[in-house]
Amino acid sequence: MGDLFAVVMLSGIYSLLSAALFLDLHAVDVAFTEASVGAGISTLLFLATLKLVPRYDKKSRYKPALALGVVVVTGALLIYGTLDMPHFGKADAPVHEHVAPRYLNESMDEIGIPNVVTSVLASYRGFDTLGEVVVIFTAGIGVMSLLRISRQAKKEAKSKTPADMQQQVILRVVAKMMIPLILIFALYVQFHGDYSPGGGFQAGVIFAAGIILYTMLFGLSTAQLVFKRKVLELFTAIGVFLYAGVGFVCLFMGGNFLDYDVLRHDPVHGQHLGILLVELGVGITVASVMMTIFFKFTWRTVKHKYNQ
Amino acid sequence: MNILGLYNYWIVVILMLIGFYIVIAHENLVKKLVGLAIFQTSVFFLYISMGKITGATAPILDEKWQLYSNPLPHVLILTAIVVGIATTALGLSLVVRIQEAYGSIEENDIQIQDTQDQLECQLEAYGIQESLTTFDQDIDE
Repeated sequence: MGDLFAVVMLSGIYSLLSAALFLDLHAVDVAFTEASVGAGISTLLFLATLKLVPRYDKKSRYKPALALGVVVVTGALLIYGTLDMPHFGKADAPVHEHVAPRYLNESMDEIGIPNVVTSVLASYRGFDTLGEVVVIFTAGIGVMSLLRISRQAKKEAKSKTPADMQQQVILRVVAKMMIPLILIFALYVQFHGDYSPGGGFQAGVIFAAGIILYTMLFGLSTAQLVFKRKVLELFTAIGVFLYAGVGFVCLFMGGNFLDYDVLRHDPVHGQHLGILLVELGVGITVASVMMTIFFKFTWRTVKHKYNQ
Repeated sequence: MNILGLYNYWIVVILMLIGFYIVIAHENLVKKLVGLAIFQTSVFFLYISMGKITGATAPILDEKWQLYSNPLPHVLILTAIVVGIATTALGLSLVVRIQEAYGSIEENDIQIQDTQDQLECQLEAYGIQESLTTFDQDIDE
């Protein structure tokens, strides 16, 4: 397929279908994340890249035989490896022993929230999640430094950036109605993550998607009146700081790192508070990193247009 | 022993191989990233399908249910998806920079330009200035 636009749209559809499949496998939180990240933000970023690179693939004389050979051999080995695996859907598979029953049986007494995925994510494996947030933070910094443009170029370009879709009346009206709802839904997902699918990761992405929609319709300069570059970069760090800070507060109050039991007199209340703060930190970092990445790509496009 | 019960792993393997093939056979860097994303999703399916139990429900505790799917793979994959998009964004910004530096995102073109630069550097080091022009002519022909 020579048209990269078609490739990107197909991969978006693929992501949406895999979200449906995750839902069918009872991984509701994962399905939620895949739908908002894979089908939403990922497709957007690929499209933003396509504005900067040639849309059509260069027809090249590539020889698929060797690649095909490698792939088939690898596949045969992998299939051979699956023969010892436990069957699909079996309750006595080794993966369901060890820690999983403990999470399911004890988390209601220890953490006190119904969504086990949230309690494992933010409390039992909180240290792991801290690492993931730091990875996102680092990737955000990487994009910022790779796609940096000088203040001079930015200032010159700023006066000449009409939004591409400013003229689309229907889109503008519909978006004006939808964007507040999207932002409220993001906050709902953020704070209701203890009881239903959702949490900081999904909420951050949905919030960013709402703002990105606004940016596409009303222009980058308008959006950056509220979400200034410096503020966003600060918030990227504040999220990580909040997460790690909760861990250190736990240390100072006599517990282990990220052991929320000591935050309040009642351990369960302490867990509630800890999870709320930690998820907020995750949400802030994810939302600001996603917005920063999109803004960086868009500035790049503006700069190219200006240079031509 | 009925091996048809292993079909979930086979789907994972097929998806993984599709992604792998795109990564190694295609020269376009954007296509390579899409292939990498498909590869990544296949790993997600591997984890999630192992956590599924027939007749169980999603791991949100309720008195009406006794059997829940395994929440641990869900947690691992949820974070992996978001980290995946962050790294994909990093890859895409590298692609943008490569396009600016080389004027192409085809692996072959980039390789040719790199070899050319390397040759020119070597020739300069030996003090052979004249042969540079003839080399360029050779390329054009």
